[in-house]
Amino acid sequence: MSRGGALANALVFAALVAVAAGADATGNPYIVTLATKVAILGLAGVGLNLALGYGGLVSFGHAAFFGIGGYVTAILASHAAAGTPVITFPFTVAGTAEMLAIWPAAILVSGLAALAIGALSLRTTGVYFIMVTLAFAQMLYYFAVSWPAYGGEDGLSFYVRNSFPGANTFAPLQFFAICATLLGGAMILVALLTQSRFGLALRAAKENEARVIAVGIRPLAVRLTAFVLSGMVAGLAGALFADLSRFVSPAMLSWHMSGEIMVFVILGGVGRLAGPIAGAAVFIALEYLLGPVSDHWQALLGLLLLVIVLFAPRGLMGLVARRRHV
Amino acid sequence: MLLAEQVLNGLQYGMMLFLMAAGLTLVFGVMGLINLAHGSLYMAGAFACAAVAALTGSFWLGLAASLAAAAALGALVEVVVIRRLYARDHLDQVLATFALILVFSEGTRWLFGSFPLYLSLPPVLSGAVTLPGGLVYPAFRLAIIGTGALVAIGLFWLIGRTRLGIRIRAGEADREMVAALGVDIATLYTIVFALGAALAGLAGALVGSVQSVQVGMGEPVLILAFVTVVIGGIGSIKGALVGALLVGMTDTLGKALLPAFFARFMEASAATSVGSALASMLIYVLMALVLVWRPTGLYGARA
Repeated sequence: MSRGGALANALVFAALVAVAAGADATGNPYIVTLATKVAILGLAGVGLNLALGYGGLVSFGHAAFFGIGGYVTAILASHAAAGTPVITFPFTVAGTAEMLAIWPAAILVSGLAALAIGALSLRTTGVYFIMVTLAFAQMLYYFAVSWPAYGGEDGLSFYVRNSFPGANTFAPLQFFAICATLLGGAMILVALLTQSRFGLALRAAKENEARVIAVGIRPLAVRLTAFVLSGMVAGLAGALFADLSRFVSPAMLSWHMSGEIMVFVILGGVGRLAGPIAGAAVFIALEYLLGPVSDHWQALLGLLLLVIVLFAPRGLMGLVARRRHV
Repeated sequence: MLLAEQVLNGLQYGMMLFLMAAGLTLVFGVMGLINLAHGSLYMAGAFACAAVAALTGSFWLGLAASLAAAAALGALVEVVVIRRLYARDHLDQVLATFALILVFSEGTRWLFGSFPLYLSLPPVLSGAVTLPGGLVYPAFRLAIIGTGALVAIGLFWLIGRTRLGIRIRAGEADREMVAALGVDIATLYTIVFALGAALAGLAGALVGSVQSVQVGMGEPVLILAFVTVVIGGIGSIKGALVGALLVGMTDTLGKALLPAFFARFMEASAATSVGSALASMLIYVLMALVLVWRPTGLYGARA
């Protein structure tokens, strides 16, 4: 990463924190919530970017991991509220409302799902990979719709936001701080990963698979690792998203969600560390600004996306940076 | 008897999927383009049929309008947007066609409103037919099966036996060489895209007549059509037909039989929920199995 790139990434992150802090100081909790949403969706995008941007794995099914993270959170929280165990066989799992217990569970379950889906999908490439990841996410979506135990089509709400030691998670700025810290942590992790031997192998496998094999690296293992890590980050984002709205529904698993996460990444600039955050910020700002102007703001969003794809294929960060690898 | 009816339902569902998947697989195979907006063309066909049928009172004119409107919209979209995407990677294609869905869905909502429209069938098709063996089956569903079969035969003939088909297959194999031999490749691509769009529009009008015509109707079908194309193998019409029938049968029979199967050793309400949850996942399991066995689908080219 060039020094200019690191600066741009830090600036995007700092701008998000400044907006949230400024809005809180001037008494605009709604803007703080919007900034929290940007941080959470940006985190999901950072996760997808690891697979898509650095690994060239165009997953159209990351809503699966995002939604699994959300459902794990809601299921644990609702069982904690009802005082019933989640499962009793083969071992007992009790519900919990502690974020520090929920996050590892969300990461673990979404990671396992990513391992299973990745192991099957990575047998294919190109268009097949896109469609297969999409189809697996739809499979989970239909499962969530038709499985009545946790709300089915109606979704599942829990009334109290989960707790974090030493923080009042209901204070908008404090919840934002938790989400932003995790986002910052994930960005540092991805930055370190992409410059490690693993990250080099991942990018090399994207550029030229035959040469990577020739130097003795198995591309499948590298890609599967990246896919699983990517799914875990998306799962964590899903857990936070569930806590933001205290509600999960099959919509979190739907292909629209996959598309939106992908839009954040591409809008911001594929393979750029802070790209997904910039993308999510622009997306949510548009929703907030255009929503009141026209009921049909999604049509305007679609036109804008078209213009960006056709005329600025390297995304917003690409327009600013004007360099290929930041 | 119940089983025979479900088999016919599966066949009808499969034929409808084939109409969608044929266009998708042609566009994938010939142009190498992943088109998410195919579902929007399906929706456009349904709305054109509903609007023209309401205006003229003739279902047949509506059906013709669905073909014409979807083909025209397809050609327009190809010339304005899609044409710029052939040289891009799949990621840009996914994003641009995702953007097209947003535009088309909101545009349709703006034109027609959010309420579903309903089509009334002509008297010839609205009754039921008694089949040999005594099974009574809706005539319109039989007509869908017949239409699908006719389209399949027509497509095999078009691709395999006509000059246009030769050009399409040649364009699939080597774009530059075909252009060098004097074929106008840009027009050829527009024709293929419009053909796929027309089939999607026809499917939309037929399904819209059985169910309802509303914004967003194309999206579930689009994903099933993807599954169909993946199972059959990209670019293969034969694969699309076999895949569509497999998916249609698996889904229909799974939904009809699985709850009853689980009811044999579970209590009724649990059996219904487990059965229907598993049935909704069945086609994806089928897809996973096919991919483990053949990563490029049943009739796909070997990588």
